[in-house]
Amino acid sequence: MTTLTGTVLVVVDHAGGALTGPSAEVLTLARGLTTGDVDAVALAEPDTTALARLGVATVHVPDLGPLAPEIAPVAAEAVLAVVAAVRPEAVLLVSSFAGKEVAARLAVALGSGAVVDATAVSVDGGGRLLASRSVLQGTWETSCAVRRGLPVVAVKPTAVEAADAPVPGPATVSAVPVTFSAVARAVRVVSRTAHPGGSRAPLGEAKVVVVGGRGVEGDFSLVEQLADEIGGAVGATRVATDEGWIDHSAQVGQTGVTISPRLYVGLGVSGAIHHTAGMQTAETIVVVNNDPEAPIFEIADLGVVGDLTEVVPQAVAELRRLRQG
Amino acid sequence: MRIVVCVKHVPDLQAERSLDAAGHLVRGDDDVLNELDENAVEAALALAEAVGGEVVALTMGPDDAVDAVRRALQMGAASGVHVVDERAAGSDVVGTARVLAAAVRKVGEEAPVDLVVTGMASMDGLTAMLPSALAASLELPQLTLAGRVAIDGRTVTVTRTIGDADEVLAAELPLVLSVTDQANEPRYPNFKAIMAAKKRPVAIWDLDDLSLASTGAEADGGPEVGTAGAGAVVVSAAPRPPREAGRVITDSGDAGTQLAAYLVENKLV
Repeated sequence: MTTLTGTVLVVVDHAGGALTGPSAEVLTLARGLTTGDVDAVALAEPDTTALARLGVATVHVPDLGPLAPEIAPVAAEAVLAVVAAVRPEAVLLVSSFAGKEVAARLAVALGSGAVVDATAVSVDGGGRLLASRSVLQGTWETSCAVRRGLPVVAVKPTAVEAADAPVPGPATVSAVPVTFSAVARAVRVVSRTAHPGGSRAPLGEAKVVVVGGRGVEGDFSLVEQLADEIGGAVGATRVATDEGWIDHSAQVGQTGVTISPRLYVGLGVSGAIHHTAGMQTAETIVVVNNDPEAPIFEIADLGVVGDLTEVVPQAVAELRRLRQG
Repeated sequence: MRIVVCVKHVPDLQAERSLDAAGHLVRGDDDVLNELDENAVEAALALAEAVGGEVVALTMGPDDAVDAVRRALQMGAASGVHVVDERAAGSDVVGTARVLAAAVRKVGEEAPVDLVVTGMASMDGLTAMLPSALAASLELPQLTLAGRVAIDGRTVTVTRTIGDADEVLAAELPLVLSVTDQANEPRYPNFKAIMAAKKRPVAIWDLDDLSLASTGAEADGGPEVGTAGAGAVVVSAAPRPPREAGRVITDSGDAGTQLAAYLVENKLV
């Protein structure tokens, strides 16, 4: 495989002082793209231990002053200041809603192009970055290239496995001064309340997700039980969040979180297009629904037609037995 | 207050959708207003009604795309703008943002535009990049992914859930606002509104009206839009083999046990 020779710059995210899983994945991907350095841009106090383990050469920490990294223009201008200093050959980000906004602003500012929701990135014979992306609800696979200027690619969480670098990097911290525009300074953060994460993996980053739909009839306890039994995150369909059975942040689908886990388990999920758009690329799909006509059965690897209040407790008990046996 | 709302004509979600050889979306006869833009139109109308003002609906796309503007007029927008130009076909999100930004500026020549409203994403691309790209092109502040919007004088305050946090953000007009499908229940035009919409003006502009180039040397800053101006391009596109339905078992008392065995045997847990 052809690789780049210059620096690849990765915009990394932190949560609770630790580097996030998706950021570790993007750094891992970046190492495979270049024989040069992989540098990071941290918009919060960097987790240098993790960054070193992942092979980062330099951690650029822009001075945001009183400004908040959650504001896309603030993040984008900070990254642009690092780009001007480092002159990388590519900029990679995590394809979250926030990451996609920053990617869009970078492409406009750099006069280049951005590809988001990338599931794989490679370098072609001409030294161009190629990014794979599935579109139209996972029914089409495309390969996109940025053919002008500095390529900006946002990589979908769970698209690659994170792995430590064979040789750790120095992860040298370098402060970067930034002059912010009036636009970046225009938005005030009135308040910010982080949801208690709990012990389960964040939905967008989980390898296993258990989703509850209309069929749970307001009771998410079985969904949570199964999720905890198999180490999964909990998700919901739009109906379930609109009904107030669970927080909106749990919504999987077109306007919620798009997931691509190894295992998707749907309980009482019918399979409306807005939901399947956000989970169709899951590797294995298992569903339990008492309506044999539910469209979700058409895409399920294993479908159970049955009452989930009977099927799920039995499955949980059997899983315990099998794993203890 | 003068509000421009951006709308997009997209293939119906329920229809079979595909890409052509160039990786562009194939447009069809049953294309519709992007449903996430209905929330944008509703938000724009509600703000205009709350503080007094009018809404201009803006779209870019082939001839049929005017239907998206028509729908916004039926919902209550006062006038429309349709940027239609074959040379703009194949624009990427940056090019699209340039065209829409130029159109917003031109709308602003008659009277200043205070607010530009968009949906959170279009159902065809779902990249959710346009609102930020448009704000960057217009050099205006952005309040994106708003689940709730309030206005007080010239201050817009939004509430949004992003990632694992609830945020309340505020900024002064003029700005770019994007709303999610949680923001409101879009109104449904009645017969009277549909008839009234037929009389409302829709301006048709091309790239020349907007002084944008689809050709030219990179050194001169062109091409800015269209296929030649696209920084990001699709180099190949292929349909994925459809997911095949797997095994379906009807519970006769041991389906839970079978489900557990399936997960363990396939090393999924």
